Amino acid sequence: MSEPARRTVLYDLQKSAGARCINFGGWEMPVQFTSIIDEHQTVRTACGVFDISHMGEVFVSGPASFDFLQQMLANDLAKCPVGGAQYTFLLNERGGVIDDLIVYRLGDRDFLLLVNAAKIAEDVAWLEQHLVPEVKLDNRSATMSALAVQGPDAARVFRVAFDGEMPARNTFVALEKCRGAVIAAGTGYTGEAGFEIFFPSMLASDIWQSVLAAGAKPCGLGARDTLRLEMCYPLNGSDLSPDRTPLEAGLGMFVALDKPGFLGREALLAQKSAGLPSRLAAIRMTEKSPPPRAHYPVLVDGAVVGETTSGALSPSSGDGIAMAYLPPHLATPGQAVQIDIRGRLFAAVVEKKPFHRPNSKRPA
Amino acid sequence: MNVPDNLKYAESHEWILVDGDLGTIGITDHAQNELTDIVYVDPPKVGATVSAGQAAAVVESVKAASDIYAPVDGEVVEVNPALADSPALVNTSPYDEGWLFKVRLTNPAQLDALKSPEDYRTQIG
Repeated sequence: MSEPARRTVLYDLQKSAGARCINFGGWEMPVQFTSIIDEHQTVRTACGVFDISHMGEVFVSGPASFDFLQQMLANDLAKCPVGGAQYTFLLNERGGVIDDLIVYRLGDRDFLLLVNAAKIAEDVAWLEQHLVPEVKLDNRSATMSALAVQGPDAARVFRVAFDGEMPARNTFVALEKCRGAVIAAGTGYTGEAGFEIFFPSMLASDIWQSVLAAGAKPCGLGARDTLRLEMCYPLNGSDLSPDRTPLEAGLGMFVALDKPGFLGREALLAQKSAGLPSRLAAIRMTEKSPPPRAHYPVLVDGAVVGETTSGALSPSSGDGIAMAYLPPHLATPGQAVQIDIRGRLFAAVVEKKPFHRPNSKRPA
Repeated sequence: MNVPDNLKYAESHEWILVDGDLGTIGITDHAQNELTDIVYVDPPKVGATVSAGQAAAVVESVKAASDIYAPVDGEVVEVNPALADSPALVNTSPYDEGWLFKVRLTNPAQLDALKSPEDYRTQIG
């Protein structure tokens, strides 16, 4: 039996704002308020706010914390300055993805890991299993909440709500409000300009209301999924798995193979020299079809060569879009493929990632 | 939610308008409102046989694909040609321009098992 779904502290406020909820990673979360397409367009053209309180906040500190995380995480933490944020992976010995996460460097030996909701327990157990002396893990997921405020209008929303300048991409600031216990970061999962804000749950309703009052519109996980898929940002559990490496997912730029010894490195080096078994391809439908969804077969010349890991109708282009692991020689832009949707084949083509290039994205 | 008085309803949120031995079938205002953002309709084939309670069509919203069940047995005689290019008609006009398909009823007695507008209104609260 599965446990009953959990609710974030914003559940009641969101229900009264019209949220329709679904179960996501054990949480009862808004999938949409008005319509997924409307909310998607709001984020692409104005500003939307997502409750991401279900995500996990794990603090890592202590004299050995830097060396410990350098060993546990795939990206090079030495390249992340204090005040910076870095996308990275927790890998298993086979180089497969346990979780993808963002590490925020709060201090020289002080870090916040923002991890996926469904992976909090597994991530913490994996870190504890490898823990060394002089490192402290503090999982505050149960007492912290978070919002993602995204869209070309996000900087204005930040100014109105927090009386300051929105942090630049991949940086963060501790807000004076509430003695620095509120962290605002220039990160997100939509491709648009914007920020994510992490805070003790007791502040959740105040912050939610001030962001709405500043003009952000409530958005649900439905739009979050179409927005991230247009950008080809992977969703762990769908596009990433313990049996696929970040190299196969096309995310090698976030893996520091030149960094000495981290968990999974040997397997990645071996895979690289042997040749990748598959590559995650971006696929766009080229004829009118039902929207592609996860787990649809992908064919080339009548033979199944893979299956979709994610799929949706792209609200920005009106085309069906999907991702699938394909043999590397087929995962090249221009390759014609077919998607099997309920027994019928529809034409599609592999294209260069991402599917969409937002107007408001700031240079890295 | 709009529940017109001249229709019969299935518990699974389809409606049927009966005219002689022909039935026009669609989904209710309540159903389209729950699905929202309908982006694709996969109708049955003209000539196909559909059975009461069995999946006959698929309506896809942005978030999910949903089976649509035939409220009665019948032979499909027409599908709504407008939905191929304008699936959102199911959202904007669920009882009129957004109808899904028409059947020739082969077991009209099944209509008695469907819900009255009053009973369907009670069901959806």
